[in-house]
Order: sequence, then C-alpha cells, then structure tokens
Amino acid sequence: MKTVTTIIRRELLSYFTTPIAFVFLVVFLVLAAAFSFYLGGFYERQIADLQPFFQFHPWLYLFLVPALSMRLWAEERHSGTLELLLTLPLTPWQAVLGKFIAAWLFLGLALLLTVPIWFTVNYLGEADNGRIMSSYLGSWLLAGSLLAIGSCMSALSRNQVIAFVLTLVASFVLMLTGLPMILNIFDGWLSQFWIDGIARLSLINHFNGFQRGVIAWYEMLYFILMILFWLYATVVVLNNRRSN
Amino acid sequence: MLEARSLYKSFGSIEAVKDLSFSLEKGTVLGFLGPNGAGKSTTMRMLTGFLTPSKGTALIQGYDVQADALKARRCLGYLPEGAPLYLEMTVQQFLLFIARIRNIPRAELTTRLGETLERLSLTDVAGQTIDTLSKGYRRRVGIAQALIHDPAVLILDEPTDGLDPNQKRDVRQLIRNMSDDKLIIVSTHILREVSALCNRVMIIAGGELKADNSPEGLLQTSRYYQAVTLRVDNPQPVATELSDLPEAAQVELKDHELTIFPRKGAKLLPLITNLAEKQQWNLQSLRLEEGRLDDVFRRVTTGAEQ
Repeated sequence: MKTVTTIIRRELLSYFTTPIAFVFLVVFLVLAAAFSFYLGGFYERQIADLQPFFQFHPWLYLFLVPALSMRLWAEERHSGTLELLLTLPLTPWQAVLGKFIAAWLFLGLALLLTVPIWFTVNYLGEADNGRIMSSYLGSWLLAGSLLAIGSCMSALSRNQVIAFVLTLVASFVLMLTGLPMILNIFDGWLSQFWIDGIARLSLINHFNGFQRGVIAWYEMLYFILMILFWLYATVVVLNNRRSN
Repeated sequence: MLEARSLYKSFGSIEAVKDLSFSLEKGTVLGFLGPNGAGKSTTMRMLTGFLTPSKGTALIQGYDVQADALKARRCLGYLPEGAPLYLEMTVQQFLLFIARIRNIPRAELTTRLGETLERLSLTDVAGQTIDTLSKGYRRRVGIAQALIHDPAVLILDEPTDGLDPNQKRDVRQLIRNMSDDKLIIVSTHILREVSALCNRVMIIAGGELKADNSPEGLLQTSRYYQAVTLRVDNPQPVATELSDLPEAAQVELKDHELTIFPRKGAKLLPLITNLAEKQQWNLQSLRLEEGRLDDVFRRVTTGAEQ
C-alpha cells in the first residue's frame, strides 16, 4: 500500500507541476457550467435540482477523460520511463493502481470544484440533497470507469493520440450499448439472452440510476467491477509488452 | 551474485539474444561490448527483469528475476538506456520518489539523499526541474537513481554517454570506488573506457557471446600485441630493412608510421632499438604496442581474420 501511495503522490505532483491540472480543471468547469446553463436550461426549468448539470456529464467525460488518461502509460512508454518504473521493486498491479487512483482523485477534485452549483440550487429553492449526493457519486464512478478504459488503451500504444481515439471509441460504445443503434447490430446472430446482457453493460443506464437518487449495491458493484476489469486488462497489456 | 542461464530472446523471427549463459561475482566490473543492435540492451533488460526472456532466466543474489522479481530487484540498481527520467520533477523530488519506492527508512532519507547528490555533484541542481538540465546532468541523475539504495548489483547502460571528458573521468572514478563490494555491469561503446574501468569484458555480436576475457587477455589476442610502432624521417628504406628481420611477420606503413608485427612469441623492441642505433635512423618516436581493443572488437564482431 505504501508503494501505491508513493506512486499516487508522484502522479499528482506531476499533474500540478505541469499545466495539465490547471488546463483540465478550467476546461472541465467551464464546459460543465456551459452545458448546464445553456443546453440544460438550469434557470429556465424553474426546478431546484441539478439534473441539467449531471445529465451532460457522460458527454463531458467522453472527451475529457481520454484527454487525461491518454498520457498514463503512452507517455511512460514513449519517454522510456516505463523501463525505469517497472524495474523498481513494485508489481505491475501497484503501478497500475497508483496511476489510476491518482487520476481518479484528480477527477474527484474537478467534481468537488463544482460544489458551488450545489449551494446555488439550495439557495434558489428546496433541493433534494440526497439525490444530488448520489448523482455526484455516480458521476465519479462513471468517470472512474472511463478512466480505467483509458488506462488500458494508453498501455496499448506509445502514441497518445492513438490512445485518445481508442479510449473515445471504446467509451462511446460502452456508454451506448443500451441503445437500439448498437443492439441492432447483434440482432439476428445473438440470442435475446446475450442482447439483454449487452444492453445491461451500458454505462449510461447505470449512471441514470444514481441520478434518480438510488444508490443500489449492484449499481456500485457494476462500476467497481468495470474499473477492476479494465485495470486488470491494463496489467495484462503491460505484462504482454514485456515479453515482446 | 548474478547468473544468466541460457537467456534466449526472439522478437518474431528475429533472434536478438541466442542462448547466453554466464555467472558473475562480487568485485567484478564487467564491460559489456557489442556493435549497435548486437543484443546488449536486450540482454540487460532481461537481466533486470524488464523483458521476459523467451527461454532461460537470470538470477540476482540467487533470486529469479521473473519468479522472485521483487526480491531480485531490491538488490539491483539499473540505469536504462538513454537514462529516462521524469522530466517534470526536480532532481530532489525524483530521487526522493525512488528512495521511497525503494523503502529507504524515513529517518535515513535526508542523509541518503544528501550523500547521493554529493557523490554525483548534483547538490547545486537539486532544486531544478530535470527538464532544464543538460544531458550530462541528466545522465548523472540517472546514475544517482540507480545507486541511492546502495545495491549489491549495479547495471548501467552507457553511463558515460553524453558526458564531457571531466565528467566521464568522475563517473569512472565513482564506479571504480564502488567496485570492491559490488558487481557492476557497464555497457559501453567507448573501448578505452573498458581498459580504464573493467576487469572483465564480454563482447556480443548477433546475440551471441563472442569473447569473455580480462581486458589484458583480450588485448593479447590483438595482432598489435607486442608490435612496435615507430616514426622516422625516411620510412621507405627503413621498412625494407625491417621486413628482413626474421622475427618480423609483417611491416605496415600507415600515416607516416611504421608498425612491425612480431612472429609468435618474438620480442621485437630490443632488436629494433639495436638496429636503429646501428643504422643511425633519425627516430622521432618509438613505442611498444599493448594491443588495440578496436582491432580485437572489429575482428571478434565481424568475424574477419586479421
């Protein structure tokens, strides 16, 4: 655990000593506000809730999370520091976990900085704070899932642009597996059982549960399994690279 | 201390390293030589456990670098090729990060860091971002990182690359000072470094071990070993005269210098000095060759005869 903490500290340090943190946070906050006020009609709806704010999070993450995750491994491979890191006395799991947690905490900070909008709705009217809290949790879990996908994609390539695009595509598909557009592809050559299974994988559907104010254990479990699956995939990719 | 057991590595159809076995003990400074693409870095990556061998394995202090990776790596300091570093960190932040991962106790952290900075003359730049440092400084940060935990085995891939002559000398001195109680492997393409630094030399080419010897032993296989090189005013008649010596196998004139190669076991120097005195040659310089590593290197790696 101490090793993982050391990695987390190094990663966070490098976010904040480079412009990454500043640029990311500003862009995130500006876009989050723009989406909720202009597209979401935060004031026009005359309802004291944060639905206009949260409903755009998946789309915001779709572009911003790959931008954050693309450097995770691709940069280490490109600059050669991967060799340095992986010959230190640590397991690939510790490295993968440390880098992921650092980036996830960073996304948590970005979310935390949006708290003024939460105060605003409470000032404007009677807000359902339980529902807002569960939405925040759901949003953070969703961001974590996309980040874990990005971690794996970043390990696949030494080129950050490729990592970005791969993450974007994979995230997009996993977000929307519930839509007929995707399900129709499988229609006819997979049984209904499998199609239902694929539909249930959709990240957005699971996030919507949190937005309704329900924190169900199986929804939590879904996101945690999703994260663990992609982190495990990252470890596999890294180990595989070492034998090639 | 370190043992390579039939290390074999192929990338697709390319065989990078073919069945390499050796064993090294404490006090050894091994010079690892080979032309570019000979498999030097691949071998080092397998020794450090970064690359998984296709066949075979390596042991550091008895620990298998694959099966017992963490234990093996704790005894190891490694400077990878090109000295990769986290450029956005300061020297101090970077070395503290390595020290923490290496589990150096908190109480010792400051002294250990200070010592390491001092040893590599990095104290003045400790607070600078690595990004802003020159190539020579970066290389030294890479070396500092490899020895901050005082490892028993040190593997350095081109440690003096990019350093100026003074810095090269300092790093060689540092390596020599540490060599008594450590095993140090240095890969280099600077041949003079090998005789200055190492007590054992391995040359690999095409993924195979072509020579494994002491620097002196290696020099003795050079055709220049015990040859005499001299410079005179009028080399042509002197050359003719020298080639009449029964002990001389061959005389070569190159860049106004005559090199006389001895027949096996013959001692040329006294004969030539006598002759020079008797014939009153106007000698400008005269030296006995110790053998030339570049000559050995070329012969061993290309398989060319003489």
